[in-house]
Amino acid sequence: MINVYMPRKAEIISIIPQTDIDYTFRLKSDILPQHGQFLQVSIPKIGEAPISISDYTDEYIELTIRKVGTVTDAIHELKPGDLLFIRGPYGHGFPVEDFKNKNVVIAAGGTGLAPVKSIINRYNRNPKEIKKLSILVGFKSPKDILFEDEIKKWKEKFDVLLTVDNGNETWTGNTGLITKFIPDLKIENPDDTIVIVVGPPMMMKFTCLEFLKRGIPEENIWVSFERKMSCGIGKCGHCKINETYVCLEGPVFNYTKSKQLLD
Amino acid sequence: MKTVIRGDMMGIELDVKSFDNALKILSKKYKIFAPVRLKGKGSFSDTDLVTYGEISSYKDIELSEKSRYSPKEVIYPITQTLFYFTEDEYKKPEIDDKGIVVFLRPCDANSYLKLDNIFLKNGPYEDNYYKRLRDKVKFFVIECTKGFSTCFCVSTGSNKFLDYDVFFRFDDDKITCDIKNEEFSYAFSGKEVEFTPEFIEKNEIEVNLPDIDKISQNLEYVFNHELWDEYTKRCIACGRCTVSCPTCSCFSMQDIFYKDNPKCGERRRVWASCMVDGFTDVAGGHSYRQKYGERMRFKVMHKIYDYKKRFGTTMCVGCGRCDDVCPEYISFIKIVSKVTDAVDRGESK
Repeated sequence: MINVYMPRKAEIISIIPQTDIDYTFRLKSDILPQHGQFLQVSIPKIGEAPISISDYTDEYIELTIRKVGTVTDAIHELKPGDLLFIRGPYGHGFPVEDFKNKNVVIAAGGTGLAPVKSIINRYNRNPKEIKKLSILVGFKSPKDILFEDEIKKWKEKFDVLLTVDNGNETWTGNTGLITKFIPDLKIENPDDTIVIVVGPPMMMKFTCLEFLKRGIPEENIWVSFERKMSCGIGKCGHCKINETYVCLEGPVFNYTKSKQLLD
Repeated sequence: MKTVIRGDMMGIELDVKSFDNALKILSKKYKIFAPVRLKGKGSFSDTDLVTYGEISSYKDIELSEKSRYSPKEVIYPITQTLFYFTEDEYKKPEIDDKGIVVFLRPCDANSYLKLDNIFLKNGPYEDNYYKRLRDKVKFFVIECTKGFSTCFCVSTGSNKFLDYDVFFRFDDDKITCDIKNEEFSYAFSGKEVEFTPEFIEKNEIEVNLPDIDKISQNLEYVFNHELWDEYTKRCIACGRCTVSCPTCSCFSMQDIFYKDNPKCGERRRVWASCMVDGFTDVAGGHSYRQKYGERMRFKVMHKIYDYKKRFGTTMCVGCGRCDDVCPEYISFIKIVSKVTDAVDRGESK
């Protein structure tokens, strides 16, 4: 019988700092995940943590990891050539097949951009797969902005609105929460528009409500939940909400389901 | 009140000497677990702890009191090493070749089936660490026709367990058994007698479980009900109820290294509790269910609603241990009754 807890080695090819505390680790891997799936990432003797896959090709996967705890602190000490240990991918991702030929709006807050970045890059490579892509992305302050180079590239093809909660003296861009910009967002045909919302719990709640106000049907809205998974395979219980296991049925949920997940 | 399951059955009558002899024979192939009394090991001074442990003779088995802890740790240890690390190698620990015999009451036998749903049936994979111990288990069911003062196994439908390997009636020093699994007939020798296993059919306490369809239709009402507020004030989030519960199965991963050789260490899983701080912490400081009343709601709803919705059977086996061990005298039984009342009243609105 296969040992479901046995991780495999993955070599770090490169490390790209995004902010002072967020680094993107590119790992040698032939995993082809669904957009929005996650891995259990570990360092032996330190610990294991669930991390969403922020991008992939058939030669590597990328994990954007914020330094916020024992495991991620240790991961931040690693250098190219070092090994990380991974198992997965786990969970259900975004059903991108159903998004074909539709208008897509992606609203991401902070590190919530990581689990949807691979979708944006998918459309960046194949813009014809969908009718139109609009991106709303918000960070706490200018120094927290992730994937700055990629955001610049996306601006060449798509409508991108970047905002920060609090600017500084040199900031000339938008300020304010993402929700502030939704009422004026150009949405041509709500029934034909898919909305993806990923970010902190409060951001997701109010962002979804704003999109509902704009007439987007509930079943067109998709979210991704962040929970602490210890196993990733429906045993440890940490991510359970009602009878739903976020690691199994999620982390990506349709709004019609996510609104029933009371916690 | 008790019920007769099958009539006209033959059993074997044993005296203590022949029972002990059977244990001796079995111990060559099996580790044998039963409720035991540990003198002076209770929480308070000069008190005993009744819990599960290995036995070698009849006098080791404690039958007069309910065990504080359940037999779940026999197949799901409190701390279980998943890997030994040496440099970059992962090594899975070996386990004992011997089988496992567990003397347990029907409620606790049923609790193993509840754990099976989580570890073997939930999600796409079987948990191989659980499975390799669980596959060894032989059920030696202890007849229980009276129960204890906090038992409500009849209400949860866990009062019967028919898939036993051997069934025992302990009547002081007169022991009668029904051997269903022929593999064990070689060990027990005694006089053939008429014997029909009996199961309890009425506990001192009866609990009305809420109708799950009614909860589904009134989920927000039940979740936001004021009945949970009391437990924000009373519960101290110690987690005793979940530790003593035979069906609580949550765990956390824990890595350690050895102090005298930091290059080597272990990955373990350790029991975790939804009642205790830190259970839902996510990176960056956010956590869910910060109020103790919310945690109580989460736990109770799992036992009587969520699990049943997912697996079609009530998770709680009605052993009443949570009520026995709560230092704040919180009664799960009362909470369940309140939920049932609230659901019935809410629905009639």
